Amino acid sequence: MQLENYLRQKKATKDILLMTHIVLGYPSLDANRAVIEQMVAGGVDCIEMQIPFTEPMADGPIILKANQESIAGGTTVEECLAFGAEMSRTYEIPFLYMTYYNIIYKYGEARFLDRAAADGIAGLILPDLPPEEGAELCAAARKRGIAPILIFAPTSTEVRMRELSGHGAGFIYCTARRGVTGKHSQLDADFGDYLQRCRAATDLPLAVGFGIQSRTDVEALIGLADMAVIGSQTIKLVDEQGVAAVGPFIATLNDVSGTSS
Amino acid sequence: MDSTAYFGQWGGSFIPEVLHETFRHLERAFAEIKSDPAFWQEYITLMSTYSCRPTPLTHAENLSQHFGGAQIYIKREDLNHTGAHKANNVMGQGLLVKRMGKTRVIAETGAGQHGVATATMAAKFGFDCTIYMGEEDVARQRPNVFWMEKMGATVVTVRDGSRTLKDAINEAFRDWVTNMDTTHYVFGTACGPAPFPEMVSWLQSIIGQEAREQILRQHGRLPARIYACVGGGSNSLGIFSSFFGEADTELVGVEAGGHGLDSGQHASRLCGHDASPGVAQGYKTMFLQNSDGQMLDTHSVSAGLDYIGVSPILADHWEKKTVRFEAATDREVIEALDLTMKKEGIIPALESAHAFVQAFKEAPELSPDDAVIINMSGRGDKDIFTIAQAFDDPSWKDFIIQRAAAYQK
Ligand SMILES: Cc1ncc(COP(=O)(O)O)c(C=O)c1O
Repeated sequence: MQLENYLRQKKATKDILLMTHIVLGYPSLDANRAVIEQMVAGGVDCIEMQIPFTEPMADGPIILKANQESIAGGTTVEECLAFGAEMSRTYEIPFLYMTYYNIIYKYGEARFLDRAAADGIAGLILPDLPPEEGAELCAAARKRGIAPILIFAPTSTEVRMRELSGHGAGFIYCTARRGVTGKHSQLDADFGDYLQRCRAATDLPLAVGFGIQSRTDVEALIGLADMAVIGSQTIKLVDEQGVAAVGPFIATLNDVSGTSS
Repeated sequence: MDSTAYFGQWGGSFIPEVLHETFRHLERAFAEIKSDPAFWQEYITLMSTYSCRPTPLTHAENLSQHFGGAQIYIKREDLNHTGAHKANNVMGQGLLVKRMGKTRVIAETGAGQHGVATATMAAKFGFDCTIYMGEEDVARQRPNVFWMEKMGATVVTVRDGSRTLKDAINEAFRDWVTNMDTTHYVFGTACGPAPFPEMVSWLQSIIGQEAREQILRQHGRLPARIYACVGGGSNSLGIFSSFFGEADTELVGVEAGGHGLDSGQHASRLCGHDASPGVAQGYKTMFLQNSDGQMLDTHSVSAGLDYIGVSPILADHWEKKTVRFEAATDREVIEALDLTMKKEGIIPALESAHAFVQAFKEAPELSPDDAVIINMSGRGDKDIFTIAQAFDDPSWKDFIIQRAAAYQK
């Protein structure tokens, strides 16, 4: 409930909320620290921190490369968790973990959730853990006040969406299109229909991610969704223009998300 | 998850939401063909007219005499069209694709055998075809890339991660989550999310059905042991399928020992000590991974066994001790290959040669009244570059140098 309530309160003051994404340890935890500082200063509403995995099946080339380079650079799960704790201590906004199930499976589900709860982590996104396999983990997370974030896809039926929603908390992550992260998404009429189906199937706030890259994209989501998720785009920006480019980029996005009237 | 997705504690279906409906569709289609005797009949007819089924069971008399123990029989999956057992699974899935009404197939490949088989099937059935192959495997199995392209397939070189089979699988999934409406992913081995492990083993069980009949006819009783190499596990499960539960037949799976089980450079998940339970590539099994759950780099002289995971069905047999697992090193593999060529005039694939290694180690301890079967999963022609290099063959080197020079003009 905590994450959902927070988002609802925030949403009362903005047309649309912003969630940004970083891959922990890419290009380095120090760079992550600097990027997050700029994101928070720029007014993002929550941040998902991806614990890297060698087999990120649902990610496209940019995030895939970031995962691999982070691991090649020696990033450990322990360092990621310590970093997550530090961020959630330092800033007011909610932080979530995104990773693949094996990382949690190897760490131990209960141990991971206990640690994340103690560190103040608000939610958990696991793209390779459908409720058929993860119902218990979802329940265990909710019990500890961590929101399991379930994913809707354009291929999900209404029955399926309702079922997913029953396991989730915090918000629903709607992937804007088929495919993996990275490529730009066409936010067309079909997309509008899809988001209406999402809205009808759940009472949870809706976040939209996959290929949201610009202020125009974020604007297109106003009225359809509660939160826009910026993923690969900030990684690309840091790669191409360095850490300092993040603040101004977030500011342009927030130009829309900051005006409530 | 429904119980058929699990084998003991292994298996499952850890897939992104976007594929949920695709898998429901696939499960329904698989249940249909499994309960329809006409499907199996169609499959047998196809395999006996387009491929070379039933494949023979060869009595290797010279090798048997050489080792002075058990009678060695070789199940000749190399005589399948495209030269490996991979064709069984692929042609079966091809018939399934026709029934599902899809028009495009994708596949991962390590050794290239599964890729070649899939490209062949796509050409025959008129499907578009894209094959994902790790950069390292493209380099070591170049002849297969040539044939795939010649049959009209697009071969995509995967440069991520360890640039081998697991990375090709990830990339094939990335394609599938985009194109699932038109496209079927022809998974090449008994791994991945349900229903693939069960479906692939079921299609490969044709090997065991034939082998059982053949050994009874030729030897008069069941074999004492059956040896099969284990990459993902499809050829081994295929031949083992008709012998599970036979008290007199021991089933032996042979993994890639690479430079040795203590070298850190191998692909032995079940008989080594570097693997632990994990979930990746859509299923739960024993994976070669570190304590964080990051997958390790594997090594094998054979591309087809060079993989982090293993069939959840085999992990279950390993845990229940109904299959014994051993490893063969790169060096032993080359020696066994050399001996088999000299004694029998048969060229096993590097993958298959792993099974020969273990059979050669154990044949002398058995009686000449006993029989063992080696599943020769494929032929070695595809490995000519790797084998020639392992033998450091001087005349082959001269030939390559001359050829290269001719192309440079
Ligand atoms: C000839 C041959 N044998 C064996 C294998 C290993 O696969 P599996 O364990 O699924 O039979 C391969 C895989 O590429 C192969 O090409």
